[in-house]
Amino acid sequence: MMMSILFHVLLLLLMPPLLLGVINKTKAAFAGRLGAPYFQPYYDLVKLFRKGSVFSSTTTWVFRAGPVVTLAATLVAALLVPLGNHPAIISFNGDMILFAYLFGLARFFTTSAALDTGSPFEGMGAAREVTFACLVEPTLFFILITLARMSKSLSLTPMLLYPSPTVWGEAGAAMLLLVGALFIALLAENCRIPFDDPNTHLELTMIHEVMVLDHSGPAFGLILYGAALKLFVLGAVFVNLALPFKTGNLLIDWALFVVAMLFLAVLIGVVESVMARLRMVRIPQLLVAATILSAFAMLLIVR
Amino acid sequence: MVSFADQLLVLVMLINFIMLGSSRMAFVIRAVAAQGVILGIIPGLLHPFSGHLLAITASIILAKGLVIPYLLNDAVRKAQIRREVEPFIGYVPTLLLGAVFTALAFVFAQKLPLAPEHRDLLFVPASIATLMAGFLILTTRKKAISQVIGYLVLENGIFIFGLLLAEAMPFMVEAGALLDLLVGIFVMGIVINHINREFSTVDTSRLQTLREE
Repeated sequence: MMMSILFHVLLLLLMPPLLLGVINKTKAAFAGRLGAPYFQPYYDLVKLFRKGSVFSSTTTWVFRAGPVVTLAATLVAALLVPLGNHPAIISFNGDMILFAYLFGLARFFTTSAALDTGSPFEGMGAAREVTFACLVEPTLFFILITLARMSKSLSLTPMLLYPSPTVWGEAGAAMLLLVGALFIALLAENCRIPFDDPNTHLELTMIHEVMVLDHSGPAFGLILYGAALKLFVLGAVFVNLALPFKTGNLLIDWALFVVAMLFLAVLIGVVESVMARLRMVRIPQLLVAATILSAFAMLLIVR
Repeated sequence: MVSFADQLLVLVMLINFIMLGSSRMAFVIRAVAAQGVILGIIPGLLHPFSGHLLAITASIILAKGLVIPYLLNDAVRKAQIRREVEPFIGYVPTLLLGAVFTALAFVFAQKLPLAPEHRDLLFVPASIATLMAGFLILTTRKKAISQVIGYLVLENGIFIFGLLLAEAMPFMVEAGALLDLLVGIFVMGIVINHINREFSTVDTSRLQTLREE
């Protein structure tokens, strides 16, 4: 039990930037480049944390609180999710709602910090972020409700540990729809390519990067780390749903989880390499489609 | 085997959504062809093998998967339509309406006095949902070719309902319905061509004005 908690915390603190490294390496491989080393995101973070920060005199405490609250909320959410086949550290009845709204809190502070700078450019990014978040939230809730109904529990640990090969055999279609919808939600929530390009820093089409333009040094490091952690948390939810294999052996299960997460990072890298970013007007269409997929899955389960 | 047929019906309903949400003609025609092929496979999963069954499966796949898509593609090429530009109701609203109708189809199917062996299967809700999706496409799109596709989807919905009765349904009825459909698509292809020649567009809302402006 102690071992399990230790592993959980270590993985969650150390692994997230590696996922970004793997995604970038995959994209480089597709483009025929050598690419940055796998551990580049760690070097970037260390570099950022050693720098000083500049705060605009027009900003208030909201601007400083933004990155901190965002990272804290994401960390708490990470404690609620079971990794692989190991139960979450914190688990209680109804924690799925807390999980969903911790991301809401994080988003609220990111967008407030962006608005606090008074820059119209950042305001535009905040407006877009909130609009698209509104469209992702129903998808996430339909998925959670469907899982709650299947596992007859309102806590994330039993919900996410419920899928097993037999469940896939019985309700394969519904599970497939859930996994598809969750993958779209994961890409949208983490601002990956069909929705937003994490590499563009100065374009009028981007969403997430525009909100953090005024942050520098350690604050920006916190934002980058928070983004990686969010990818890790939602990725863990996805892996629990998509790969429901359990061996019972503690170490093998952890290894399986790590491999599955790396595989997910490769998958995201492949999607980013083969797809172009969608036009802004097409994004709500895709998000609504994801909502319908998850709602349809719920319909199949509830029936 | 019956549960596998259920999963295929889920696929059929997903194709409904694809057709409701997509504007590219070539893509929609391919989707309707895929739906036809799936519908052709399903009877083979439900009933024991027989010559009658083989004939039904083969003729459905041939007609719905090959001949009708070919005719539609031909009409699209002749009239040079790429996409449905301005439907009466936009894509996202039709998609949402389609989802609502699908949900209502499930509710409605629950209320129907069905035979106990059909109660837990997806056939009846899938049939009603496909019917409604076809109806939506038929009523919300302006281009004649989209309306033909809507009509096809509508027929697919009726066909799913007929699957439950396939044992009792004589081959001649099935073949007659297919022939009707084929002739219908054939005639519509010619009509589309004529509309196109007259107005240099296949927008059917133009047909509502009687006098020339």
